[in-house]
Amino acid sequence: MQTTATPWLSLAIWVPIAFGVVLVAVGRDRSAAVVRTVALVGSLVGLLVTLPLYAGFDASSAALQFVEKAPWIERFNANYHLGVDGLSVWFVLLTAFITVIVVLAGWDVIQERVAQYYAAFLILSGLMIGVFSAVDGLLFYVFFEATLIPMYIIIGVWGGPSRVYAAFKFFLYTLLGSLLMLVALVYLYYASGGNFGIFDWHATRLGMTAQILLFLAFFLAFAVKVPMWPVHTWLPDAHVEAPTGGSIVLAAIMLKLGAYGFLRFSLPIVPDASHALSGFIIVLSLIAVVYIGLVALVQTDMKKLVAYSSIAHMGFVTLGFFIFNAVGMAGGIVQMISHGFVSGAMFFCIGVMYDRLHSRDIADYGGVVNTMPRFAAFFMLFAMANSGLPATSGFVGEFMVILGAVKFDFWIALVAASTLVLGAAYSLWMYKRVVFGEVANPAVATLADVNAREFLVLLLLAAAVMWMGLYPKPFTDLMDASVANLLQHASQSKLPAGVAAH
Amino acid sequence: MQSLNFLAALPEIVLLVATCVLLVADLFVPDARRNITYVLTLAILVLTGAACWWLLSSGIVTYAFGGMYVTDPMANLLKLVAIIAVALVLVYAQSYARDRGLWKGELFTLSLFSLLGIMLMISANNLLVIYLGLELQALSLYTLVALRRDDARSSEAAMKYFVLGALASGFLLYGMSMLYGATGTLDINELADRIGTGHVASRLALVFGTVFIVAGLAFKFGAVPFHMWVPDVYQGAPTPITMLIGSAPKLAIFAVGFRILVEGLLPIAVDWQRMLILLAVASLVLGNLAAIAQSNLKRMLAYSTIAQMGFVLLAMLSGVVDGRVMAAVNSYSAGMFYVITYALTTLGTFGIILLLSRRGFEAEEIADLRGLNRRSPWYAFVMLLLMFSLAGIPPTVGFYAKLVVLQSLLGDSLQGPMLWLAIIAVMFSLVGAFYYLRVVKVMYFDEPLAGSAVPIAATTDMRVALSVNGLLVLVLGILPQYLLKLCTDAMLRTLGG
Repeated sequence: MQTTATPWLSLAIWVPIAFGVVLVAVGRDRSAAVVRTVALVGSLVGLLVTLPLYAGFDASSAALQFVEKAPWIERFNANYHLGVDGLSVWFVLLTAFITVIVVLAGWDVIQERVAQYYAAFLILSGLMIGVFSAVDGLLFYVFFEATLIPMYIIIGVWGGPSRVYAAFKFFLYTLLGSLLMLVALVYLYYASGGNFGIFDWHATRLGMTAQILLFLAFFLAFAVKVPMWPVHTWLPDAHVEAPTGGSIVLAAIMLKLGAYGFLRFSLPIVPDASHALSGFIIVLSLIAVVYIGLVALVQTDMKKLVAYSSIAHMGFVTLGFFIFNAVGMAGGIVQMISHGFVSGAMFFCIGVMYDRLHSRDIADYGGVVNTMPRFAAFFMLFAMANSGLPATSGFVGEFMVILGAVKFDFWIALVAASTLVLGAAYSLWMYKRVVFGEVANPAVATLADVNAREFLVLLLLAAAVMWMGLYPKPFTDLMDASVANLLQHASQSKLPAGVAAH
Repeated sequence: MQSLNFLAALPEIVLLVATCVLLVADLFVPDARRNITYVLTLAILVLTGAACWWLLSSGIVTYAFGGMYVTDPMANLLKLVAIIAVALVLVYAQSYARDRGLWKGELFTLSLFSLLGIMLMISANNLLVIYLGLELQALSLYTLVALRRDDARSSEAAMKYFVLGALASGFLLYGMSMLYGATGTLDINELADRIGTGHVASRLALVFGTVFIVAGLAFKFGAVPFHMWVPDVYQGAPTPITMLIGSAPKLAIFAVGFRILVEGLLPIAVDWQRMLILLAVASLVLGNLAAIAQSNLKRMLAYSTIAQMGFVLLAMLSGVVDGRVMAAVNSYSAGMFYVITYALTTLGTFGIILLLSRRGFEAEEIADLRGLNRRSPWYAFVMLLLMFSLAGIPPTVGFYAKLVVLQSLLGDSLQGPMLWLAIIAVMFSLVGAFYYLRVVKVMYFDEPLAGSAVPIAATTDMRVALSVNGLLVLVLGILPQYLLKLCTDAMLRTLGG
């Protein structure tokens, strides 16, 4: 393990949180302009301090990098132990990047309780980076759970008409999953001889029954978060009711917390159970891809449509993880990053239209291209990316997963590949109905095209989507060593010596 | 054992003498200058607290008065928290009590006497002394509940509290007499010795005695099915008194439970362990479910207390793993940590209720918190922290309280009934999260009612104390190690000494 002099990870976590605390403590609606500027500075500084993580990352090593370790809770032998490897480093960067986008996205839209709004997002950003960089089980859990509080407030305060229902459903659903994970963590603490280190757990031997139970506990926590079919029902509600910024963060990052959990906990800690139950996960993933894809097709609310498409895309991610080959797994991770950009962009586009027309109903639009040509061009790119068109980031991950699936089982790959049809169908059909055609709604005729701020956000997201689509090598290079290492871990039986693997 | 050892009872002696002086001195204080009594009371509390701190930091375990009284780090830590609790009650109560004519000498002296009772209970090492402490505490509290004598609900609550409290004391005393009959001793250590060596006249009397003791304790904890008094008394009593009942006595009853069950009746732990399992599960289930249905905040907090006490019982019952000290230290320090953090959080919560009450207006409905974030973002935030702490969501201290209990429950027995208890406990915390979330919802998502936009008036000391109280919940949630270590060390020395 390599330690660094500057605690970059701690900075990445605590800089946004510190800015958030300052905003909530002294920010007032009277000085909204100052508040916005401070929030933007906070998110930019937050992004800046994550850049050394990319620059200084040693891609050839699967070991933990930028490690920080300090004793935390003596009683549990828990440490303030941070570090990133190829699996997590991208998500730290993604979170910091999306936070900048979110701050810009809410710039003119949020007029009430501005300081609290930005504070919630900045604190949330720090907490999520904490989840991705914690390598101590207890620390991970604290960050994982703490993210619920700001998100609950964001949905409930700045959300739509039935925001209260959505906020409660979001909170209780996710809490249900994570409480059982807490029991599992305490169990692992004892099983590993009084230790909360995630990497110590990787070496812990566990019997098959224990592994299955642990797997199920982790599964419930992470499946709710991903979300996988059939525990996905909170997501459409939360997405529809949340303000634009909330939807962006939910789709782009919060869903990844669950998928990341599978990589960090389920696969390496209980590999035998993961293998034994992989069929189960694969079936659920395929249902998400096909069935939820069909559900997305019939939505009339744009936000709901993108929410369902998120579930379908995340089905690809879990599929990639549980077919146990390097291409599939790397594909799953690439898909996660790509989905972060694409879904964030989709929700931002819908937000741009909603700000002007205050409707998310597809039927209220049509002919937007006539009044908002620049916007329509960007929206086109993102819709294409959402349907997995080559040369966009959406293609890379899906292609890799399908490639991996073919290696694993041709028929699974065939079913998974149906997403290329379904994704194109729901994304492009929505795009057609919203952007092309005659201007049916007189309000659409008066729409103004994107302003400079919106243009900047769209440009940033488009650049990310195109970069990942055209030249994904930097992304995969960073994760290859870690993926290989994880697969090697996941292929070793952790059953106690003397018990033959099945 | 030394005969008399006044040093061991130093805090109590200081408190008793000072309270008696105050009792007389207060007669000469005119109503308009009651602040003098207030300041004197706080000074007494500081002095008593200093004595406790001194004993705690010296880490001694000594017996006094022929073994009837014991001072150990556990006792001193709990006493210290109880003193802080009483002090906070008085600080928070100021404007509320003034507006309602409760700002009288009785409030101070009775609070101090109940504190004395609490401290006696915590340190008693003899069944009769425990009973004396309990009665001193209970009688002072009965009177305090009835302090608003022309208020019908308050009088009703006092009556109910008195009748049911007397019944509980009766149970406890009856149980003690049976233990005495079975073993011929009232001394706790002696009790354990005699039961352990088989010097028991009647096994039946012993077990029956234990049943009565557990029932009496359950009454005082407010555990289901002995919880009936809790919601009515919480709702009916003047809010500062509810706050007092909800905080410091829980610390004392935890100590009493520890002394009688763990130190005295350890050899028959299998028997009382099962009873505690039933009580704990029933409290978790009923407390959490009934709290959902409440619209009155004080009543909701009463049911939430019932559920929280279920967790304390879980910690108490998890410690008995055939005489191994480390597991016991884990469990009982978990219980201690739980009651301490619970007391801290409850104090803050009632502090917010008192803050929002004003002359002629009791902020006791959940709806009275509507739009608090508009009226006062800071106190809304404090209340948010307190609610998430009660719900056990990190990064607040309530999370670690639940975690240590889970940790001690699971212990080394990774399979079996304890695992199921742990799962029941976490599942009902999920139910509990719902009604705590509802309070947050009302404060943040709802708009204030028309006409409720009265500026919040509070004295400076209350503002400071309440803010520190709220922040402490967060700070201890990020850095829980110091308090945890304090509890673990105290328990280690108490059990080892």
